[in-house]
Amino acid sequence: MTDSPAPAGSTGEPRNNRPEHQRIAFKRELTGVIPHLRAFARGLCGRPDLADDLVQETLLKAWAAQERFEPGTSMRAWTFVILRNAYLTDMRRNRFRGEYDEGVAERTLTAPAGQEAPLHLGDMHRALMTLPPERREALLLVGAGGFSYEEAAEICQCAVGTIKSRVGRARAALTRMIESGEMPRRTHDGEDSAAHASIMRDLDHVSHGGSLE
Amino acid sequence: MRPTASSEGKRGKPEWADGLRHLYDSVVNEPLPDSFADLISKLDESGK
Repeated sequence: MTDSPAPAGSTGEPRNNRPEHQRIAFKRELTGVIPHLRAFARGLCGRPDLADDLVQETLLKAWAAQERFEPGTSMRAWTFVILRNAYLTDMRRNRFRGEYDEGVAERTLTAPAGQEAPLHLGDMHRALMTLPPERREALLLVGAGGFSYEEAAEICQCAVGTIKSRVGRARAALTRMIESGEMPRRTHDGEDSAAHASIMRDLDHVSHGGSLE
Repeated sequence: MRPTASSEGKRGKPEWADGLRHLYDSVVNEPLPDSFADLISKLDESGK
């Protein structure tokens, strides 16, 4: 991965000065990581439609900043940094406030036919969303995205030890939830108070100048 | 998890580990909405 791709504006700066074949290769690689960007975004913000908006924003920024991408390095890691930065910016603008939709999450997270998961995906999703954001993203990157601790640290712009600590705490929290039978459940009226309250805490923290670090 | 499910899967690999991966993969394996193909096809225009 090259230098952190500072958020590039989607307009107003030189771009696409690379040869045609490199632009084609870049676009091909960018297209290839879209499914992973969607999965990461959904894990971060919890809502499919907003997650896809975030991915589209990320694609535009990545395209605009393509000259900063070093061919041969990980497109997935590079674009995850851009997505993460866009997410933090959106959170500071309160874009996600009050828009967590448990019903949408539940309908979206259905296991494919014939692939019965031992853990209901909706439960897993809710449990994930109750974790503090910095632990959630660390666990997403390492536990689901398959990144190494080193790669995750680079994406989150923190020390490897910090990532290890966050992943460890996230794992412990999830294990504790399962062992104690306190996995957050969807309530009768469709509200998911634990996950929603957690997201609101994140928003308050970030919108008041905090970060996910 | 469901009340009847065990809290631990294979030793050293808690049940939620598979669930987390499954959650991520379920999104990765979704068909892409057409809006993404539209956006990708317009990138060259927007970048010139």
